[in-house]
Amino acid sequence: MAGDGGSGQDAFLDALRAALPDDALLIHEEDLHPYECDGLSVLKALPLAVALPHNREQVQAVLKVCEQFGIGVVPRGAGTGLSGGARPSAGAIVLSLARLKQMLAVDTHNRSARVQPGVRNLAISEAVRPLGLYYAPDPSSQIACTIGGNVAENSGGVHCLKYGLTVHNVLALEVLDASGELLHIGSQAPDSPGYDLLALMMGSEGLLGVVTECTLRLLPVPENTLVILAAFSSVVAAADAVSAIIAAGIIPAGLEMMDQLAITAAEDFVHAGYPRDAAAILLCELDGSEAELQVRLHAVENLLEEHGAGSIRIARDAETRLLLWKGRKAAFPAVGRLAPDYYCMDGTIPRKRLAEVLEQIAAWSAEYGLQVANVFHAGDGNLHPLILYDANIDSQLQAAEAFGQRILELCVAVGGSITGEHGVGVEKLDSMCAQFTPAELAQLHRIKAAFDPEGRLNPGKAVPSLHRCAELGAMHVHHGQLPFPELERF
Amino acid sequence: MDQRVILQEQVREAYAQSRVLHIQGSGSKAFYGRRVRHGEPLRMRGHQGVVDYEPSELFITLRAGTTLQNLQAQLAEAGQILPFEPPFFGAEATIGGTLACGFSGPRRPYAGSARDYVLGVQLLNGQGEILRFGGQVMKNVAGYDVSRLLVGSLGTLGVLLEVTLKVLPRPEQELTLVQELPMAAAIIQMNQWAAQPLPVSASAWYDNYLYLRLSGAAKAVEAAGRKIGGEVLSAADAFWTDLREQRHGFFQGDASLWRLALAPASPPLPLPEPTLIEWGGGQRWLRGHQDAAALQGVAAKYGGHATLFRGEDASGEVFHPLSPPLLALQQRLKKAFDPRGILNPGRLYAAL
Repeated sequence: MAGDGGSGQDAFLDALRAALPDDALLIHEEDLHPYECDGLSVLKALPLAVALPHNREQVQAVLKVCEQFGIGVVPRGAGTGLSGGARPSAGAIVLSLARLKQMLAVDTHNRSARVQPGVRNLAISEAVRPLGLYYAPDPSSQIACTIGGNVAENSGGVHCLKYGLTVHNVLALEVLDASGELLHIGSQAPDSPGYDLLALMMGSEGLLGVVTECTLRLLPVPENTLVILAAFSSVVAAADAVSAIIAAGIIPAGLEMMDQLAITAAEDFVHAGYPRDAAAILLCELDGSEAELQVRLHAVENLLEEHGAGSIRIARDAETRLLLWKGRKAAFPAVGRLAPDYYCMDGTIPRKRLAEVLEQIAAWSAEYGLQVANVFHAGDGNLHPLILYDANIDSQLQAAEAFGQRILELCVAVGGSITGEHGVGVEKLDSMCAQFTPAELAQLHRIKAAFDPEGRLNPGKAVPSLHRCAELGAMHVHHGQLPFPELERF
Repeated sequence: MDQRVILQEQVREAYAQSRVLHIQGSGSKAFYGRRVRHGEPLRMRGHQGVVDYEPSELFITLRAGTTLQNLQAQLAEAGQILPFEPPFFGAEATIGGTLACGFSGPRRPYAGSARDYVLGVQLLNGQGEILRFGGQVMKNVAGYDVSRLLVGSLGTLGVLLEVTLKVLPRPEQELTLVQELPMAAAIIQMNQWAAQPLPVSASAWYDNYLYLRLSGAAKAVEAAGRKIGGEVLSAADAFWTDLREQRHGFFQGDASLWRLALAPASPPLPLPEPTLIEWGGGQRWLRGHQDAAALQGVAAKYGGHATLFRGEDASGEVFHPLSPPLLALQQRLKKAFDPRGILNPGRLYAAL
C-alpha cells in the first residue's frame, strides 16, 4: 500500500474491501504501478488504492465509502489522456471505469446507442456499422480511448469540423455525484428542461461527477468519401488554401495539415506515400453523394492549385484513404521515434494567425535548441506542436516545459486557447492562470462546489487555485489585452 | 454601442442592495417562461453591434443586444447563415434573448441547436463581475463550458454581454417536398430518412401532410429529391418561416400552446388532436387547455418533457418538473452565479 498507512487509512481500506468483491480492489504497491500515470508519463504518483468496480452499484458503493472517510477519487478510463487528468492525486484512490464496458442497447429508430463508460470509442462505430450508422467523434486514440474519457475531455477528432465534438454527439448521461447520488442528465428528446448540465459535464475532466452510462447520437454513414492529399512548398500557402476552401462555402469532413518534420516522421513510420520534400501537406476529406463529390472535388482541386499546391493525389478507395489517414493518426508515435522523448502541446488559434505562430515557434525552437514537429487540425485551428527532447540530458525536460508554456501563452495572446482537446489536467494548471482572470477562476471553483462541495472528485486538477496563480506571478496575457512583445516583430 | 460599463454598474448596485433585476431585450419573448413580478429593468438593447466577424474563420462575435435581423443581414452578405435557424417572434428580437431562451428552428435536429453553435460568451454574473468563457475557436476545453450552460437559462445565471457563434455557409440549394401521409406513417418515414445519408434540413407534419426540406449542393439536393419523391412545394421559404415564427394556421388564436419534446421516433401519443409535428418527430405541439401533470407523464414515458409554451396561467411552473436531486443541484448552481438571487429570479422555475 502506498502512503504512510495509519489506522484511519486501514479502516478506510477495510470499508472499501467490504463494499467490493475481491477482484475489484488493488492495494499492494506492485499492483498500483500501472495506475501511476496516464498518457502524460512524466507525471507519476502512486494512488492510495485502485478500485475496479464491475457495475454502477459498485461504483456507488466506492463513492459512498470515500465520502464517509473524506477520501478523494480520481476517475480513470483507458488512461490515454495527455494532460495528467487521470494521474493519482495525493491521498486519493483511482476509480477505474474500465470494467463497465457493455454496449447496453442500440435504438435504431431514434439512432442512438446506450453504452457504459468503459466502451472504447471505435468499438461503438464498429458495432453499429451494419445498420449504416456510426458515432462521429473520432479522436486519434479511438482504438483505445473510452467513451467516458471522451466525455471528460470533450474529445474531437479529425472529423469534428463537420460533425462536431463529443458535446454535439451525446444525448444523455447517467452520472453519480461525489456522494454517490444518481443523476439523469439529458435525454433522447431535444432541449432538456432546466440548465444545460449535459454541456457542463462535457470536458469537466472528472471534477463534477462520475459517468456510469452514456446515450450517444448515431449518424448515417456517408454514401461516398474521398481524401485529397496536397503538397505545398510553404506552410503559409497551405494555410491560405484552407481559408480559401472554407471561404468558398465548402466544409470538408476533415482538414489536416502536417509540417515537414511531421511528414518525414510519418512517412518513415507508415509509408503512406507522403511527399517528403514538401514543406507542408494538407489532407482534405470530402463526403456526400457521388454527384455532390464530383462538384466539390473539382472546386477543391482548383482552389488547391490556385494556392500553389505542387502535387495533388486523390484517394477514392477505402484502402488508400485509410493509409493516408494512418500517416496522420500515427503522427505522434512517428515523431516519437525521432527523439527519446517528446512533449505534445494542444493549443488552439484562429487559423489566420497560423503563419505567425509557426514562425515564432520556429524561432523559439532555435533558441531552446529543441526540434518541433507540427501537426494541425487546420479546419478548426487546433495546433499540436510536438517538442522533441531527451529526458536523460540535464535540463532538457525543463526547457521543453518552459518552451511549451510559452507556446500556450502565445495561443492565448492571439485569441486562442491553451487546450483544444487534451484538457488541463495537471499539466496546464499554470497556463490556466494566463487564460483566466482570478474572478473567472473563482466562478469555476463555485461551479465545482455546487457539484462537489468537499472537492473530492479529481482533486487538484483542471482549475488552479487562486493562490497558485498568484504565486506563479506569471505574466498574464489575458485575451490578448496585454501586448505580447515578440508579436510586433512578425 | 458598448454599454458594458453602465450595465455592470447597474448590476453591482442591485447586488449591493439585493434588488431584483429583470433583464430586458426587445420583449419579443416576454411570453416565455414563468410569469413573475417584474423587478427593475436591465435594458440590453443599446448594448449592440458586431464586434468581430471573420467569414473564413466561421465565427461572429457580437453584443447581446444586436437584433437577429442585423445579424442575419451581415451573415447573408458573406453568404453565411446561423445554422440553428432561430425563431424571431418579433422584428426587434435580439441574439441575447434568443440564446437565453435557447430557441432553435426547423434545422435543429439536422444541424444542431442554439447551444451547439455557441463558442464563447462574456457575461455579468449576479455580483456584477464581467467574466469571459470559451472564445472564438471551435475547440476549447479550458475551464467548464459556461458558454453553453447559459443557453436556455433565461437570464437566471448571468447577463449575456457578448457571444461568439459558429456560422456556416448558406446551402447552395433548397427543395421542399410534400407527401400525403397519416401521422403514424409520417413519423416512421421522417426517422427512416434521418437514418440515411440524405441532405435533410427540416421536416414537419400537419393535417395529413408531411413536409421535408432538403438543403445542400445542387446536385445532392436534386439526387435526394428524386429518391424521396413527392410534390414540390412552391413558396417553401414562406412555409418554413411561418412555421418557425408560429404564424402557421395551427398557431392562430389564443388557446394555450404546449410543447412536447420527445425521442423523435415516438409513436403518435394518446392525446387530443390537433397536433403539429416538427423536428423529425422530436418536437410536437398541442393547443388548448391540458392537464399539465398528465401531459408531462406521457412525455416522460417517451423519454421527453412538456412545456407550457404560451398562454394560460403561467404564474405556476411552466417547465417540466425536475427530479429532486437535479433541482437541488440547479439551485446550488444558481447560487454559484447569482448568490443574492437578483437575476430574473423565478422565470425558469420558482425555486431558481
